[in-house]
Amino acid sequence: MDTKTQNAGGEDWDLVITSKKSWFDLQLNQIWRYRDLLILFVRRDVVAFYKQTILGPLWYFIQPIATTIVFTFVFGNLAGLSTDGLPQPLFYLAGITAWNYFADCLSKTSTVFRDNQQIFGKVYFPRVISPLSIVLSNLLRFGIQMMLFIGLIIYFLTQGVSFPVGWELLLFPVFVIFMAAQGLGLGMTITAMTTKYRDLSYLVQFGVQLMMYATTVIYPLSSLEGKMYWVVALNPMTFVIEGIKKSTLGVGVLSLETFIYSAFMSLFILAMGFLIFNRVEKNFVDTI
Amino acid sequence: MSVAIKAEKLSKAYQIGEFSTGTISRDIERWWALARGKEDPFLKIGETNVRSEKSGSNIVWSLKDLDFEVNKGEALGIIGKNGAGKSTLLKVLSQVTTPTTGKVKMKGRVASLLEVGTGFHPELTGRENIFLNGAILGMTKSEVKKKFDEIVDFSGVERYIDTPVKRYSSGMYVRLAFAVAAHLDSEILIVDEVLAVGDAEFQKKCVGKMDDISKGEGRTILFVSHVLSMIKSLCKKTMILEDGKIRSIGASDEMIKEYLSSKKQTNKVWEKGSVGDHVAELNSAKLTDENGKKVEFVDLNKNTYLEYTYTVKEDWVNFHPNIHVFDQNGNYVFVTSDDKMSGEQKKRKGTYRSRIKFPKQFFNTGIFTIGLALTSYPGTVIHFFENDAITFEVKEDLGLRTNAYTGPMPGVIRPNMDWETQKI
Repeated sequence: MDTKTQNAGGEDWDLVITSKKSWFDLQLNQIWRYRDLLILFVRRDVVAFYKQTILGPLWYFIQPIATTIVFTFVFGNLAGLSTDGLPQPLFYLAGITAWNYFADCLSKTSTVFRDNQQIFGKVYFPRVISPLSIVLSNLLRFGIQMMLFIGLIIYFLTQGVSFPVGWELLLFPVFVIFMAAQGLGLGMTITAMTTKYRDLSYLVQFGVQLMMYATTVIYPLSSLEGKMYWVVALNPMTFVIEGIKKSTLGVGVLSLETFIYSAFMSLFILAMGFLIFNRVEKNFVDTI
Repeated sequence: MSVAIKAEKLSKAYQIGEFSTGTISRDIERWWALARGKEDPFLKIGETNVRSEKSGSNIVWSLKDLDFEVNKGEALGIIGKNGAGKSTLLKVLSQVTTPTTGKVKMKGRVASLLEVGTGFHPELTGRENIFLNGAILGMTKSEVKKKFDEIVDFSGVERYIDTPVKRYSSGMYVRLAFAVAAHLDSEILIVDEVLAVGDAEFQKKCVGKMDDISKGEGRTILFVSHVLSMIKSLCKKTMILEDGKIRSIGASDEMIKEYLSSKKQTNKVWEKGSVGDHVAELNSAKLTDENGKKVEFVDLNKNTYLEYTYTVKEDWVNFHPNIHVFDQNGNYVFVTSDDKMSGEQKKRKGTYRSRIKFPKQFFNTGIFTIGLALTSYPGTVIHFFENDAITFEVKEDLGLRTNAYTGPMPGVIRPNMDWETQKI
């Protein structure tokens, strides 16, 4: 909307507000113009989190540690599921850390319209700044949790366990971007739909939990066969999690095909999220 | 002079009544009911009448075919009754929502101020909030940095600038928030009723700042306010909105005069013909004295009665008549409803009359409007809601005042309180 428009009279207008909504007018230049706001939102989220909790960043460790212990006990010891030959805590922590990032991005962005109703109703800025800031502030949390993960790797290295990590390590940041893209894309789709259907937000909560079991968080893809293999493999997050395990622990399914599939799905989900979000953002104030 | 804002056939419609039910399960239920040829179980009856005259369609035009221009460096005031479309217009101009048809063209950067302190976070310090709020309002970090000292200076909270704003008093909070907004660097500034904040001294400072912005700095301002004196001092030109249309536009003095005289047209009787839905209809309404005689105005020292009649067309409707009173600035004064109706009486169809006693020495002098409504439960279904059905002026016989003061008394109501004063 913020483009220079030449009208019939030959006048220059900086801004023309109309009802027209193009599916593909994503206003990327607007996001760039509001980049300072993006940074400040991230800062706000991080600072507010630290100030509101006594334990501060310790919280970032408690959840993955507790979950890893429970998973190791239930799935590792009781159920005896395979961990691709990796030490159980490490296998679960890798899956949990990665999955948490995706799940946090998804569940937080899925309530963006509801959470920001007040501010969106009072002032204009590209709405997409809000979900973007969530993905970025979660990245910080992910980084801190990765330190725990790295710490555990070092511990096992000193215990004599070796990890066949190779050049795939270079792909690690790419997989993180894939996770962010999928979480963001799905979250934006859901938040756009919840402006019309509130009950979708309930679905998200247990939907994310169920989806975790359809992703290779608590079992390796290599342990599946036949139909089950394909069901789980088609889940767009599966090869991303596998890729993260391969790049950091040296064990997991990663090939050119799986990489291309992950890249394509990430891009597709992200594009879908952007388009649907963009479609709804301009008038959601009237409906919510 | 060049034009800074140009609106062409600007319209905004809101859909009411039949609408998405809000949940998928209900949407499916509705679809299933309609598919079997049954009535829509979620159709909200009567909602179409919330704004008068628009019944029969579930579209309400909050703005209809607005055409206007604002020159560069001009301050335009916007006034109008509640529901005239002022806030919708500001929302469209600030890009919070889009118009339904028509367009607005603007030259220069636009900043809008529909609220002070949007996005302030209580955990952040004053300094952090200045940057955050500035960015939300469209400033870059370097622009805020340049103006930072000015903002802090204007707000007068420099001692607490590194304290989280949750520890601020509400006055400090508002001062800081306004200070950020006042230093927005934009060619066009859209301002809603935000100056009515803070203490009197700070308000004066704000008005002064607004004056500088419009007169000294040559920026274009759109300004909505209920405080007509503020409009008068800040804006040369004023626009009166009425039912989503421009009633008139011109020099502020004349517009304010016109606006006030239009509001003074008090109607003590409502006899438009019936409005309502298939369950209940409003028939008539009037203000009377104790003897049921129509009154021309309300005497502060006499009891006054509001009487309205309506027809309930179905048996077993659990209905509650209620009225909504507003003062001349559009503030909600109160709502009252008849909740003691019970038993068989309220459940039979027929024509009813509700009578409400306004005791003497209750309203202060001034103009009040009353909206008449009938609601039924369960479901809070509104069968009719006639806004501004009755407008009346409350007058006072000064000879009856028992104290020496003869000037106007401030306040919306003027109850007679029990005072006891003794020498001790």
